[in-house]
Amino acid sequence: MTKVNVGRKILDANEKYALRNSELLAQHRNRCFNMISSPGSGKTTLLVRTISDLTGSVRIGVIEGDIRTDLDARRIRATNAPAIQIITEGACHLSAAQVNGALKKLPLDNLEMIFIENVGNLVCPSSFELGEDGKIVVLSVAEGDDKPAKYPGIFAKSKALLVNKIDLLTGGALIDFDLERVRADARRLNKSIEIFPVSAKTGEGMSAWYGWLHGQLGKA
Amino acid sequence: MHEMAMAQSLVAAISEEARKHGKPIRAKMSCGMLNVVNDDVLSFAFEAVARGTPCEGMQLLIEHKPLQAKCRACKRVFTVDLSSAKCPDCAADDFELFPDAPLLLEQIEFEGIDDDEGERRQENPGRE
Repeated sequence: MTKVNVGRKILDANEKYALRNSELLAQHRNRCFNMISSPGSGKTTLLVRTISDLTGSVRIGVIEGDIRTDLDARRIRATNAPAIQIITEGACHLSAAQVNGALKKLPLDNLEMIFIENVGNLVCPSSFELGEDGKIVVLSVAEGDDKPAKYPGIFAKSKALLVNKIDLLTGGALIDFDLERVRADARRLNKSIEIFPVSAKTGEGMSAWYGWLHGQLGKA
Repeated sequence: MHEMAMAQSLVAAISEEARKHGKPIRAKMSCGMLNVVNDDVLSFAFEAVARGTPCEGMQLLIEHKPLQAKCRACKRVFTVDLSSAKCPDCAADDFELFPDAPLLLEQIEFEGIDDDEGERRQENPGRE
């Protein structure tokens, strides 16, 4: 019997593409964020609002990942921002190779910031590096305040947490959601995570999020 | 089912090694806690992807490496259970997580003669 010590990263093929992506983004001076959440947390609505509110100050492009349909890319294009749809046909996460193909279709020279909206899933996408500058996790209040405790991986790895749909808390909806619990659980996993409670619907809290994005581009 | 992509990568990597070393019978891999690898799901995916490749029928051993943390209060390094994360000494819940172990293909065992023996035989052809 022969034993061979391999010591090889299992996802090394993905990581090779991730490295290419981060080099391509750096060449074009683009910052890139990978948005991860459960289905229905409001990622697309957040992006549409962000793009509209930042028109004239930040040039944004979007890569959309979905199992089926190009509905999300169409919603983004309605804002006049360029969007490339990746249809994964069942795959639960985006791979760096798919993102590489999409990046090449975007007019990177005319953009400053790329958002990758990953497939709705709090588990699988967190294992696949795409070459991004950071992950942003979105949690909507209707999903419950136990998500950082239940899905620690993505909260431990993200630069920022957007707690979306906070209009439901003040609007009288019958939702048990303790924002302080989410803050404490997320910070326990990740001391440096930035937390923004927002409503993409009403615009509440969005200016702090925009301030953070400007900071990421080195704009005051 | 991120395990499917992991299984595909494993089968590709092991098949590549099999071209040099022959029929693989067992492989050891390790993973951290934050990649949430489910053993049953990964083993099932591996078996399915391995069909018709040199990896068909081989055994996959999965080791889960614990996540370590350092307590900011008393500096103790401990294994974290993320569902009830507290320092076992001082009960503080303020700690620094160490990097999670990567997904790693560690070792493959192949059928047949040792490499060393194989090389010796090639050096001394027909002397028996």
